[in-house]
Amino acid sequence: MNAPLKQHLIDPEICIRCYTCEEACPIDAITHNDDNVVVDASKCNFCMDCISPCPTGSIDNWRVVATPYSVEEQFEWDELPDQEDITADDGASGDGVIEALDDAVAALLAEAHAGAGGRAKAPASAAKPTVNLFTISKPTTATVQGNYRLTAEDSDGDVRHIILNLGATAFPVLEGQSIGITAPGTDADGKPHLPRLYSISSPRDGERPNYNNLSLTVKREDQGVCSNFVCDLKAGDEVQVTGPFGATFLMPNDPEAKLLMICTGTGAAPFRAMTMRRQRTDPTDDGMLTLVFGARTPDDLPYFGPLAKMPDRFLAKHFAFSRLPGQPKQYVQDQLRAQTASVTPLLQDPKAHIYVCGLKAMEQGVDEALADVARSAGLEWTDIRDAMRNDGRYHVETY
Amino acid sequence: MLDLINVSYDTQIPNNVGLSQDKKVLKALEKWHPGYINWWNDLIPDDFQKSLVYLRTAVSVDPKGWAKFDYVKMPEYRWGILLAPEVEDRRIPFGEHAGEKAWQEIPGEYRSMLRRLVVIQGDTEPASVEQQRFLGLTAPSLYDLRNLFQVNVEEGRHLWAMVYLLQKYFGRDGREEADDLLRRNSGSEEAPRMLGAFNEETPDWLSFFMFTYFTDRDGRMQLESLAQSGFDPLSRTCRFMLTEEAHHMFVGETGVGRVIQATVDAMQKAGITDPYDINKIRDLGVIDLPTMQKKLNLHYTLSLDLFGGEVSTNAANAFNAGIKGRFQELKIDDDHKLHGATYPVSQVVNGVIQKVDAPALTAVNMRLRDDYVKDAAGGVGRWNRALKKAGVEFQFEMPHEAFNRQIGAFAGVPADPSGEIISQEAWDAKRNEWLPTKEDGAFIQSLMQPCYEPGQYASWISAPKVGIDNKPGDFEYVQLHMA
Repeated sequence: MNAPLKQHLIDPEICIRCYTCEEACPIDAITHNDDNVVVDASKCNFCMDCISPCPTGSIDNWRVVATPYSVEEQFEWDELPDQEDITADDGASGDGVIEALDDAVAALLAEAHAGAGGRAKAPASAAKPTVNLFTISKPTTATVQGNYRLTAEDSDGDVRHIILNLGATAFPVLEGQSIGITAPGTDADGKPHLPRLYSISSPRDGERPNYNNLSLTVKREDQGVCSNFVCDLKAGDEVQVTGPFGATFLMPNDPEAKLLMICTGTGAAPFRAMTMRRQRTDPTDDGMLTLVFGARTPDDLPYFGPLAKMPDRFLAKHFAFSRLPGQPKQYVQDQLRAQTASVTPLLQDPKAHIYVCGLKAMEQGVDEALADVARSAGLEWTDIRDAMRNDGRYHVETY
Repeated sequence: MLDLINVSYDTQIPNNVGLSQDKKVLKALEKWHPGYINWWNDLIPDDFQKSLVYLRTAVSVDPKGWAKFDYVKMPEYRWGILLAPEVEDRRIPFGEHAGEKAWQEIPGEYRSMLRRLVVIQGDTEPASVEQQRFLGLTAPSLYDLRNLFQVNVEEGRHLWAMVYLLQKYFGRDGREEADDLLRRNSGSEEAPRMLGAFNEETPDWLSFFMFTYFTDRDGRMQLESLAQSGFDPLSRTCRFMLTEEAHHMFVGETGVGRVIQATVDAMQKAGITDPYDINKIRDLGVIDLPTMQKKLNLHYTLSLDLFGGEVSTNAANAFNAGIKGRFQELKIDDDHKLHGATYPVSQVVNGVIQKVDAPALTAVNMRLRDDYVKDAAGGVGRWNRALKKAGVEFQFEMPHEAFNRQIGAFAGVPADPSGEIISQEAWDAKRNEWLPTKEDGAFIQSLMQPCYEPGQYASWISAPKVGIDNKPGDFEYVQLHMA
């Protein structure tokens, strides 16, 4: 079987057959018959020269396919086919859906999602993600719009809120997806650095709605080549970006879905995105979101200020601080146990989704705490977990 | 070295033709410029001039640079002179000079022929802006308002493109012609625009969409044939204009399509299945399909007239001379000289419409019109597909080429939309079933109320499927200046 690949397609319902793209294509990969204008997958090299001249936006469509649609097939279309659920028998992502086409990235994500204890699945009502529009060999350029420190000046943790502007480049993202950033230069072996993945911390319509931008939440690591590069970026700098990546750690579109979000440190990024998405779509729906957030101290907790201002009725917040002077160490698992009364119903609610994001080290503690909560209600956590995961309602992304 | 891809802003007039080193032409254009700005300022209502419009401007003529979107006030739009990149060692693709090196200067013997073609093309550009000048006041949405203004500023730029050719290559005559392009005015008694269809007003938005679909498509076919020209600067100018013209096609096709969609949706919601239940449908605040068919009949036939006579020695001369080619000349598989070739031309013979073989050389207008009909039929087919999908039993039809014609072989011939020649009385009796009436116009006019809320659309038109520049539904495409 062929490895899955990204195919460039034109939406026949929106295309007006002006053939401007055909004129613009430098390698004659675009052709037409009396019905449709189509891209020949065997020729297209993703140079993107055809994208901006298109007056309709019909040109900007992509599908991940096992076997590309032939020119003849596309001539017959009245509308674009849906994105099929592709399973890669031999891909790095195991037998799951395609989270990334770049093998190195797919491997990273497979590892990040391993903590769920089985094959990851997207929520049934999640929007279809666009995956790997920009690859390691063909990244796109984003411009830094701002870089703000989120942690207190005297905190030794330096966490940054970074806003990237994609300009005129279509870069469709969903909450929970990641992008890849490649630090310039080469590693000790003289090879280019591999991209590092960062979760997007803004919702799908942008950090600011209608502006083609997105935000990241990045912590400076002492020896981290990429995190130092990213944390040092200044407004106006340009960065090479790949992605978007990830096709399972996504939020449900169903407005009745309840979300329990458990995170530590910069693991908060996707939850900021999901919460903001709900704020924009269902701002008056109370009691649907719960956040369990662990950090060393309040000064060290990204977005502590804005979070504190968010009403508890919209987002129930439970903070766990492990380094508060004169206080016992608290971890997210302790908060989960303390909230047994509110967490237990979520384990039995078919509309509830649980997300865990942060350091690998949190996995075991969270797993045990949820098992305790389940046990207190006479339930078996591993059964619940497996059922929820197969239902697309249990998601782990740890690194 | 001259940068001929990126637009340079070192003169008042953005350009990629090295204007700053071409003092004579620069001076002539700078002299023409204030007249143009006056023309624009007198034309578009003042509040719109002060509004911020989300427009596309070219910053270079290569594919990546020519669609830069940003808010701009229209009088500050960077109208400029943009030629598609020069093709190395380009050859004249057709006519007696086929295979010779393309001309960078005008051969003396073709000067007046070329000037006339450039002037006629140039005259249509400001004319359509004049025809559409008041539409903004009744825009069905900010999205449509923005699209109208995009069309308008680009027609303005096309005028610049033609004026540049006139100023650069035609000396004093060219300068006078350039001035006259601003002197003539659509619908004017004393100095009307040169072509009939460009003196008709565009009274409402359905007319605007039909105009951009059918009439601008004629413009596209003309530009396509001029883009084949052996006179290289004309070819390069037209090639770049075509990329802009595509937006106008888009506005027309999706505009009409969205009007149809609103009608179909309203009918379904009200449980009306008969598309001819006109009064009931109109009561829903949408335009009934039979009235749209009448508008189609009118705009399509007016546009067919723009192609001129089916058999034309002028057209033959222009082809022979290598000045104006055929649609997609390079993709046609023949000798590109048309020696001894024939082409079937429609004519009335003994009261019956027949195809008669004519020398292909004199029939290039006919051929271009046939290509146009085929091209125009594509979008009509897509509208029909949407009707079929919605389960509405109605299909739009393009009338026969003989119907309602004022120019060419069918001028004054009383043919019905199916191409049957009937008596003049019978034709007159049926006229109101085929072409829009005053009442139809008054009804459409009654729907023309502005809708300026972001993301909102007037009742008679549905929202677009995709935003401009990938923008979401409630994007504020025009930030209106409210006096």
